[in-house]
Amino acid sequence: MKRTIITVVGKDTVGIIAKVCTFLAENGINILDISQTIVQGYFNMMMIVDTSGMKKTHGDMSEEMEALGEEIGVVIKCQKEEIFDKMHRI
Amino acid sequence: MINLYEVTETNNMISKENLDVRTITLGVSLLDCIDSDLDKLKDKIYRKIYDAAKDLVRTGEEISREFGVPIVNKRISVTPMALVGGAACRCAEDFAALAGTLDKVAKDVGVNFIGGYSALVCKGMTSADELLIRSIPLALSSTERVCSSVNLGSTRTGINMDAVRLMGEIIKNTAEYTKENDSLGCAKLVVFCNAPDDNPFMAGAFHGVTEADKIINVGVSGPGVVKNALEKVRGESFEVLCETIKKTAFKVTRVGQLVAQEASARLGVPFGIVDLSLAPTPAIGDSVADILCEIGLEHAGAPGTTAALALLNDQVKKGGVMASSYVGGLSGAFIPVSEDQGMIDAVQAGALTLEKLEAMTCVCSVGLDMIAIPGDTKASTISGIIADEMAIGMVNQKTTAVRIIPVIGKGVGETVEFGGLLGYAPIMPVNGFSCEAFIGRRGRIPAPIHSFKN
Repeated sequence: MKRTIITVVGKDTVGIIAKVCTFLAENGINILDISQTIVQGYFNMMMIVDTSGMKKTHGDMSEEMEALGEEIGVVIKCQKEEIFDKMHRI
Repeated sequence: MINLYEVTETNNMISKENLDVRTITLGVSLLDCIDSDLDKLKDKIYRKIYDAAKDLVRTGEEISREFGVPIVNKRISVTPMALVGGAACRCAEDFAALAGTLDKVAKDVGVNFIGGYSALVCKGMTSADELLIRSIPLALSSTERVCSSVNLGSTRTGINMDAVRLMGEIIKNTAEYTKENDSLGCAKLVVFCNAPDDNPFMAGAFHGVTEADKIINVGVSGPGVVKNALEKVRGESFEVLCETIKKTAFKVTRVGQLVAQEASARLGVPFGIVDLSLAPTPAIGDSVADILCEIGLEHAGAPGTTAALALLNDQVKKGGVMASSYVGGLSGAFIPVSEDQGMIDAVQAGALTLEKLEAMTCVCSVGLDMIAIPGDTKASTISGIIADEMAIGMVNQKTTAVRIIPVIGKGVGETVEFGGLLGYAPIMPVNGFSCEAFIGRRGRIPAPIHSFKN
């Protein structure tokens, strides 16, 4: 399993999750976990996804998600899970 | 499983607190390029470095994108050129031609610096060592990306005072040769005592002769992350302060370890070390001086600075050592002046002097770094400053260095602008009393005693 963490941060609006999930479904990316909060009107979401079934490279996925974020007006980042694992787990 | 809080913490470190991997440095041995024909040597050097490093920049950028952490620099270090060029170079111009080859290959593979235009002369100089040293002003003024270093002493051998005297003149000459650019050449030239073989940071990086054919060394940085973590424990005890620095250094170093392992696997080059340094940049919030202020000083340089820096340096090492399987290089807090906005402010406020910086180098990880001094400073005075710094390293069994810039045509009160990561610096006053008779003596200072330590 190749796990990637997707974070979405920005002003809350209708359909953020729908658009992100549609992109993931179209690209064969499976969602493993979602957590989401709204702090002072700001949307803050983290998804753990499995990219084993994805045809694209991580770089291309990253770029397309960034572009999607710009469309919706939020910042979307895709980072491989290891950076968080290494930093927060001994 | 990773939670939202942890993800947010990591991403805030990157986006708001300037956490980055400062450099991936590829070390390449050039010992197998040695040839007595200069043209053949140049050709072999070019091909070996090009083949080893052609994918370095692309790989660095890929890793950066995949993990979402900036990797600021990709660099190369090579075997000290005095060893490589000794058989082929008959004059200083020959050595400078080799620097031209290094510069060209650095540009062709896209790295921003290449280190190793170096000589190791801590006990004596061969004629090749001396030729290379004498060629430094020409080499640094005729190239853009080549960095030079000279090891002048060590705890085991003592200090080569003939080389110290020569380097005072060479630093002055390099300043003269590059005076059109505010003596920028001197920013690419550093002298060491106890130089490490695996340092990934410039200007002092070279690939030591005890290293493998190729190696990946990574330098991490994150003064802003430490400063931010300390803001949350303001007024707490030393125990809490130290624990906080240690934990933060651990997290920062783990990122370096991850990047080093990835780069090593993708390039097919063994992983060498992670250098767990706090390396500041002129960017706001990326300052070691600001950490010292957060610990409780009005300005870096105030009484208490040496103690605060000693504590910081030690805790960074303690946290970092556990985070990486191999730690090396310089590893600790850097205290350059021009590359650290907090240091610049301290100098301008009159809180920080050259003498206090010297005291700080007894407990920090390197030495007098990126300090601009008046252009009319005598060569013997520069040699005196170097000798003092080398003595600190020799006696305390640590690496010390001097990267000092006598800015031709400028004096105290003026400012010099180097640009980019090198920043800008106010020109600092130098003690004007002479040390000419001391520096004029021939020979070397013997190695210190290794027992009876009181």
